[in-house]
Amino acid sequence: MVEKRPGFTLVAHLVLILGVALVALPVWITFVGASHDAGRMLQAPIPMWPGDQFLENLRQTFFGRGLEGSRTAPVWMMMFNSLVMAMMIAVGKIVISLLSAFAIVYFKFPFRMGFFWMIFITLMLPVEVRILPTFEVVADLRMLNSYWGLTVPLIASATATFMFRQVFLTIPDEMLESARIDGAGPMRFFWDILLPLSRTNIAALFVILFIYGWNQYLWPLLITTDANMMTIVVSIKQMLEAAESTPRWNIIMMTALLAMLPPIVVVITMQKLFVKGLTETDK
Amino acid sequence: MLKRVHFPASLLPYLLVAPQVIITLVFFIWPASQAVYQSLLVQDAFGLSTEFVWFENFVYLWDSQQYQDAFGRTILFSAAVAFLSMSFALILAGFADRVIRGSTLYRTLLIWPYAVAPVLAGALWLFMFNPTLGIIPFILEAIGRDWNHYLRGNQAMFLVIIAAAWKQVAYNFLFYLAAMQSIPRSIIEAAAIDGAGPLRRFVTVIFPLISPTTFFLLVVNAVYAFFETFGIIHAVTQGGPANATTTLVYKVYNDGFIGLDLGGSAAQSVILMILVIGMTVFQFRFIEKRVQY
Repeated sequence: MVEKRPGFTLVAHLVLILGVALVALPVWITFVGASHDAGRMLQAPIPMWPGDQFLENLRQTFFGRGLEGSRTAPVWMMMFNSLVMAMMIAVGKIVISLLSAFAIVYFKFPFRMGFFWMIFITLMLPVEVRILPTFEVVADLRMLNSYWGLTVPLIASATATFMFRQVFLTIPDEMLESARIDGAGPMRFFWDILLPLSRTNIAALFVILFIYGWNQYLWPLLITTDANMMTIVVSIKQMLEAAESTPRWNIIMMTALLAMLPPIVVVITMQKLFVKGLTETDK
Repeated sequence: MLKRVHFPASLLPYLLVAPQVIITLVFFIWPASQAVYQSLLVQDAFGLSTEFVWFENFVYLWDSQQYQDAFGRTILFSAAVAFLSMSFALILAGFADRVIRGSTLYRTLLIWPYAVAPVLAGALWLFMFNPTLGIIPFILEAIGRDWNHYLRGNQAMFLVIIAAAWKQVAYNFLFYLAAMQSIPRSIIEAAAIDGAGPLRRFVTVIFPLISPTTFFLLVVNAVYAFFETFGIIHAVTQGGPANATTTLVYKVYNDGFIGLDLGGSAAQSVILMILVIGMTVFQFRFIEKRVQY
């Protein structure tokens, strides 16, 4: 601290506490909503303090058959779908980016830069701007309503390739020289030296990509027409629609809580990796 | 770019880049070129015949009042989201940079909304603003204001802006705090010795020094508001009432999947692609400058 101003420090704490409270307010209301029974949630004003139905709502939401009136599967099943999708996207992106960054940094071969620019282009084409033709491709390949259709079209990654390229460029040349003298081939060098050296970067990227994958909305919305393939994040929209005829807000709020819980837990428990991943992928 | 010490050409590097390149070709470059091709076609109402019409779809969009409105609305929406979330994050980061005890705790308490999916952020705020049950319409009623975003376009717009900005505060806060903490303490101390109080130091020293971060965040927030907020709008307002919250991305989806106007939707896709490419190039050029800064 530059100067001692206890009054000003107190103000700083007050502003920060107020800011935290403001940011947390919607989630608090959701939590409160998930802890009352359906009847209480229909009387305005809605409660501001938690009720005693939290565990009962959790049981009903998690194991129940989904909200009546909406086309949703049981919540545990949709959470499982989301988990599979997030893991496949995160692992897939990391694996193919590691391999292509390795090829581009460590090999001299014709069309090397051509491939590099081709990968770079994917950075510029988010799925939102090419939804219809990409949907047609996936439909033609008969990948609708499958985990492959959910994940493979999202797996190409320019940012991850760039990040690994950056990491590989900082690894001293002596590493490769000495590995070669010891008789290691390219793949041996990749497994025994490059992978262990990029371990923290892989972990940091995994945290970011897991959140990215879990929170996908538009793509799963188009690809999954079968309720059993639906992801939890997409199901919220179905439930909000059903709420107009069967307003069971306690179940909807519990589903929203369950849908945001895994990525929030990942961010909070792996905060250091998360910050590293976020600041490095955007460079 | 290439390592000074490297492996010679063989089949192996092609196999290594193959998965990435095949996925890029099949799911990125082919669909994007399809979008460009379809944007030059017009299909009849039954989908039986198509006609090549050059740039007619684009001319139609150019003249379309609806598209112009959506364009203006998207810019207003993005500007509001960026301004709200960045200024809120800047204030909080300024104070968090100041406190010594607990600044990591505050960081933990402020960054988690990053992990909330946009559609969920929309659902939370939708519930808070629910005209019959929500807590905010209840308070507004007490002071004599009537809230119903299902009927009033500007209120619906306000709701989606708040939900989109709320989620983005975490990201902006993180980058602002990191930028402030990387300013050398000696500069701040020198200003303090010259008699500048905390507010004066913030305005004349800290804020100019973090201006590269501000520019960077402006681009990131604009991209976020343009493309990633689809979930919020789709779940909260469906672009309504009376198109009051139809942004460009929502319109591509709506015209393509609901309206089945393939040529028009593809033309809109092409315009969006040009916009993204522009933003990305801008971001890259700017980041090169940032390194020199």
